[in-house]
Order: sequence, then structure tokens, then C-alpha cells
Amino acid sequence: MITEIKQNTMTLNSIIFQTPVLTSNTLIEIKNLSVYYGKSIAIKNVSFNIKEKVITALIGPSGCGKSTLLRCLNRMNDLIENVRITGTICIGGQDIYAKEVDVIELRKKVGMVFQKSNPFPKSIYDNVAYGLRIRGVNNKSVLDEVVEESLRAAALWDEVKDRLHANAMGLSGGQQQRLCIARAIAIKPEIILMDEPASALDPIATARVEELILSLKENYTIVIVTHNMQQAARISDFTAFFYLGELVEYDTTKKIFLNPKEKRTEDYVTGRFG
Amino acid sequence: MSDVTTNAPTMNLLPKDRKLSSRFWTLVTGLSVLLICATIAIIILNIFVNGWGYFSWRFISTIPKNNFFEPETAGILPMIIGTTLKVFIMTVFGVPVGVVTAIYLSEYASYNSHSIRLIRSAVNNLAGVPSIVFGLFGLGFFINFVGQNLDDLMGYSEPVWGKPALIWASLTLAVMTMPVVIVATEEAIRAIPRGEREASYALGATKLQTIKNIVLPRALPGIMTGMILAISRAAGEVAPILFTGVAYFMADLPHKLTDQFLDLGFHVFVLSTQSPDIEKTKQMLYATVLTLLILTMSLSLIAVIIRMRIRKKLRSMSA
Repeated sequence: MITEIKQNTMTLNSIIFQTPVLTSNTLIEIKNLSVYYGKSIAIKNVSFNIKEKVITALIGPSGCGKSTLLRCLNRMNDLIENVRITGTICIGGQDIYAKEVDVIELRKKVGMVFQKSNPFPKSIYDNVAYGLRIRGVNNKSVLDEVVEESLRAAALWDEVKDRLHANAMGLSGGQQQRLCIARAIAIKPEIILMDEPASALDPIATARVEELILSLKENYTIVIVTHNMQQAARISDFTAFFYLGELVEYDTTKKIFLNPKEKRTEDYVTGRFG
Repeated sequence: MSDVTTNAPTMNLLPKDRKLSSRFWTLVTGLSVLLICATIAIIILNIFVNGWGYFSWRFISTIPKNNFFEPETAGILPMIIGTTLKVFIMTVFGVPVGVVTAIYLSEYASYNSHSIRLIRSAVNNLAGVPSIVFGLFGLGFFINFVGQNLDDLMGYSEPVWGKPALIWASLTLAVMTMPVVIVATEEAIRAIPRGEREASYALGATKLQTIKNIVLPRALPGIMTGMILAISRAAGEVAPILFTGVAYFMADLPHKLTDQFLDLGFHVFVLSTQSPDIEKTKQMLYATVLTLLILTMSLSLIAVIIRMRIRKKLRSMSA
């Protein structure tokens, strides 16, 4: 057991951490956010700010509220009955839970990639074009261009360019997940939310998806929920550690993993938890 | 740790008595299946053997002029057309309403609210109402209420809508088979993975767009299943059309929705109860039943083939 922990810490030490631009602007402000499912509370009074064009990882044990928080950012929780939210979330200064906010417009700006890859049972092309088509874009040359651009950005173009009209369900798990990323960036969001995007993938596919996420940082603000500690350490600039619905610690990833302030954070990232 | 392997128990996982009872239940369940298959086989065989001799192209393509009890001149073309029409009109009116109801129940209404539970159980109970009650409902609601009011509104002195007609019989059947369509559609919608819906919403789709692009195409095979069940039930039903549109005899085919019509199922009833000479018309009766069977089967076969095509298209979709 003890050797295990040591090994774990060693691998973490050997990771080259991302060096975030500390001057980058705040894009998402979360203030006193609490979320209730019926009578049970999932998030307790959480406040922190997420910076622009960096990767922010949300980590914590199962049921700590990190996915719930992520789904608040594009109001996916609206689809679930009996959810009550208090506090505010501002994106670019706009309270996204304000009455006048159009959820459709919000989701256009805040894209999402899910834990289980969920391509539509349509062709690869139709999957990527979906977001544009529902906005009434039907011009073929525009669609062609966006589809190619998005698939290239998702590092999938070379693998699928000869079978754009084949069913997306025929792709491998890793390809499906990259297709879902391509589909999300096709509508040019500002923020991409990722809910454990690599948890169902093998190590090689995971590495490719991670590489892709890193490359997207240039243009997008990324918030990623992950169970994989190494993954959080490898790709994120900032890390927020949640435990039982509370935000325990939020800092640069390097600090969280190498020099955490809280005992609970240290225990969790070194694998001593539970 | 090591002493576990030395004392390993012998693995007797299936004691003898359980083997015996397992065999017993295999036998019982197998026999039940056999019984059902045998019953169906006997029915179909009996109809084929007795009906095939008289069954002919002339019989199914003739419009009888007056005496349809005479084997030489009898024909059932008006009955075939009438049955096909009633099923077709029923499908056109009933399926869309059923599908839209199912969409409301599964997409718009909140699943556990009291009123929705009440509606859902009402739908399920509707499926258990005897068909003759639907016939009476059709007479009371469609003919006496809707039809007569239409006539009053239009200022007709003679009843045009307020009498038994093809449209009212078809609508009565539509009401009767609606629960089947609703239940099948709702189940198909419920089986769609949540992820697909969420992906659509996350891309900024509205509810209507998600229903149109994701939910409906996925639910189509299920909708078709409901339709097939509705068609096979409606094609043979006599009770609901008894007061609402079927005629004992007509020398002509129906031309308008407000005309009465002849029906195969009802004709079977007429041949077996009103015949002046049972022995003479027996073969005709069998041939009519055979036709009804073939018609019902081919109507659902068409729907099954369409469903197969849709499933295939869903599986290997190319833009």
C-alpha cells in the first residue's frame, strides 16, 4: 500500500505541468452557487472564477458535485426535474440564469462533450453539421467548409475524409469522442465543457483526446471534469477539488498537486483517500 | 492464503433434483408453445383446406349485383375495398393523433404528475374496453353529435353526415386502436438513449428540433409496430362498425366518405347467419374468411416491410 502511494506521487512529480498565463482574464464567475436535487443538496455554496483560454479541471470523488457544477454552466440541469439552483453564474459579465437569457443562445456559446460518446445515428457529416443545420444554415459550401475545419481541429479529418457519409456509429470509441468534440466546435462556442471525455477510452485513444484538448486551449476556454488524476495534472492549468459538494481548494494545477494547502486535497491527489 | 487450495471443495453445482425440475419446466413451457402453435396451425389449415376450392380470381374481383348468396354469381370485391378503405382512413386519422399524444406524454408532460398518470392509465384502460362499446360510442358521438350538428350547421334537410358512414366507422376504429399506437410510440421514445437528446440540446437545439431530428426518426420503427398492431386489429373488427357505417348490402362501391360500405368481417357474419341455404354457401363463407385472413396479413406485411426498410436505413444511414 505504502509503495503504491509513493509510486503515485512519483508519477505526479514526473509530470510536466502546464504553465498558465496568470494574467488571463476571468470569463466565468461562480458566486455562492448551491444546487439541490429535490431535498438533497449536491453543491454547497461554491464560489470561484474560471479564467479565459485555459483548461480548468474539476476533480473529486464520485458524487462530489463536479458534474453537476459543469452542467450548470450550460444549463443542462434545466432538463432535469426538481433541480433548484441558488447563487449566480456570470459568463462574460452576463448572469446566465437571468430571466432574459435565451438558453439556446447560451448553449451555442457553451458547448459540451459528454462522458459517453453520443454521436447521432447519422452520417459523420450530418453529425458535425447538426448544430449549424438547426440554425438554418443549409448552404452546402458553408457546411462543407465548417465540417472539414471542425474535423481537422478535432484531429479526425485524415481518418474519416473518405467516408464522411458513412454512419458515425461505425467509428471506434476514440474516434466517436473526437467526432463529438468536432460537433461541439462546429458551432464555434467560446467555452467547451467536458464531462470525463476520456473515461471510456483506452490509453492510446485517451492520449489522442488529451492532445486534442491541449491544442484547443488556444481558441477555447475548457472546463473538464475528470476522475483521472494524472489526466488533470497533465492537461489542466487550474484545478478545483470538490468534496461532498464543497469546493475544498482551487489553485493552479501545479500547486494543487505538488503543494496543496488543504490536507484533504493532498490525501486525494496522492490516492490516500477513501 | 495457500490452505484454501488444498481443501478445495468438490464443485457439485447442479444437484440431481434440480436437474429434474429443470427438465420438468422445459417440458411444460415447451408444451405450452406447442399448444399455441398447433391451435394456430389448425385454424389456418382448416380455413385453407375448406376455402381454397372456391377461392378464385372471379370471386374476389366481382361486384355482386343482387344475390350474393348464389355461389355462381357471388363476389366480394366491394367487401375487400370497404375493409381496405376503413383501415386506410383509420390509419391516416388515428396514427398521427396517437403519435402526437405519445410525444406529449413523454416529452412535454412531467412523467410523475398526477394528471399525467391519470391520462396514462386512462389510455391503458381504453385498450380494455369491449369493441361493441366503441361502436355505441361512435354512434352516439360521431353520428348523433358531430354528424347531426354538421348537418344543422350546413343547413342540410336530409342527413348527410348524421348517418352511418365510412368516415365515422373509420374514426371509431381509430379511437379504438389509438391506445396501441400511443403505448408503442411512448415505449419507443423512452428507449432512446438520453445521451442523444442531451447532445442535441447541448448543441443549442430547441425541444421541437430535438423531437423532429432525433426523437421521431429513432421512434419510427416503434410507431410502425403500433400501426401494424392497430391495422391487424381494425381489419377484422366488426362490432365498432356495426352501428357506424357498415351496410348489409350495396350494389355499388362507396364514392364519398359519407357513403356506407361493405366489410369482409361483417360479410362473414352475414353469410353464416343470414344464408337461406347454409350448405350451399359454406364454401363461400370459408373463401371469404380466407380472403379476410390474407388481406389482414398482407396489410400488416406491407407495414412490416416498410418498418424493415426504416430500420435498415437507421442502421446504415448515409446522408
